[in-house]
Amino acid sequence: MRAKLAMKGHHEPRASSSCAACKLLKRKCTSSCIFAPYFRSDEPKKFAKVHKVFGASNVSKILVEVPEEQREDTVNSLAYEAEARLRDPVYGCIGAIALLQRKMVELQHDLAVARARLAWYAVPVASSSAQGVVMDENVGMVSFDDMPCCSMVNESFGQSSSELTQVPPMNDFGQFPYVF
Amino acid sequence: MSTISSRCAACKYLRRRCPPDCIFSPYFPSNDPQRFACVHRIYGASNVGKMIQQTPTQMRAQVADSLYFESRCRIQDPVYGCAGIISWLHLQIHNVESELAKVKAQIAFLNSDANRELSFRPQIEGDSSFNNLRTGESSVG
Repeated sequence: MRAKLAMKGHHEPRASSSCAACKLLKRKCTSSCIFAPYFRSDEPKKFAKVHKVFGASNVSKILVEVPEEQREDTVNSLAYEAEARLRDPVYGCIGAIALLQRKMVELQHDLAVARARLAWYAVPVASSSAQGVVMDENVGMVSFDDMPCCSMVNESFGQSSSELTQVPPMNDFGQFPYVF
Repeated sequence: MSTISSRCAACKYLRRRCPPDCIFSPYFPSNDPQRFACVHRIYGASNVGKMIQQTPTQMRAQVADSLYFESRCRIQDPVYGCAGIISWLHLQIHNVESELAKVKAQIAFLNSDANRELSFRPQIEGDSSFNNLRTGESSVG
């Protein structure tokens, strides 16, 4: 009886705790678990979101295909996309891209207007070009052809993205070292 | 001759019968097999089916399109996917905003400079046309 009581309140400590993925999937977390380095047990929501949108099996396949040193970035971007999809089940990340593209077009227009106004202040010279004020006309004139995927967004979603959600700020998802 | 009902791309891919109420068939036609192959690779048929089913009918086409776009981005860029595009756009917007701020500052400076010069000019004709100032023409006879 005493032994039973002793056992009741006493648990053998685990050698290693399960990662968030294995906890959710209710399976043993091995030392070679592909999820363990990126889905810590103290961040259960992160894996839950990714699993809900992509599925554990698909996430595992994606991770296996990328070099190990890039897996953390991969997981973070998947978490970001999953969050965006859960926030906006219809458009997901595309809503965010369309909003940003629209903002970009407006800013480029504002920049063009401002430059034209600045040219008006320029000291006139023999030629008609404004040379009194130095302007770097290349800055800000981004072509979406630089990012081929972006033009697809306009074609596919330009008219229909009227109920877009806000762009989730990049910092909401932890480290986001996607600096080009 | 028996009529062969064609399966949608999803049911062809999944090698199953395509029922009349197939959730995939309106959005994954049989003439575009790559479309379903992409979304299946990233999301899986079950998840895609759930996401479509949970959406009002009038928005389901957009769901399928956006899933296709995102899955294509992820296939092309397995590390960053769509998030890479968003990051890139944020950076470009930041650059344009900085440039715009610079140009506006230059305008403000030149504007205040012009106004200062104007206020020092003797008012002879009462014509403080900015054009005169700009061309350097003197309003004094």
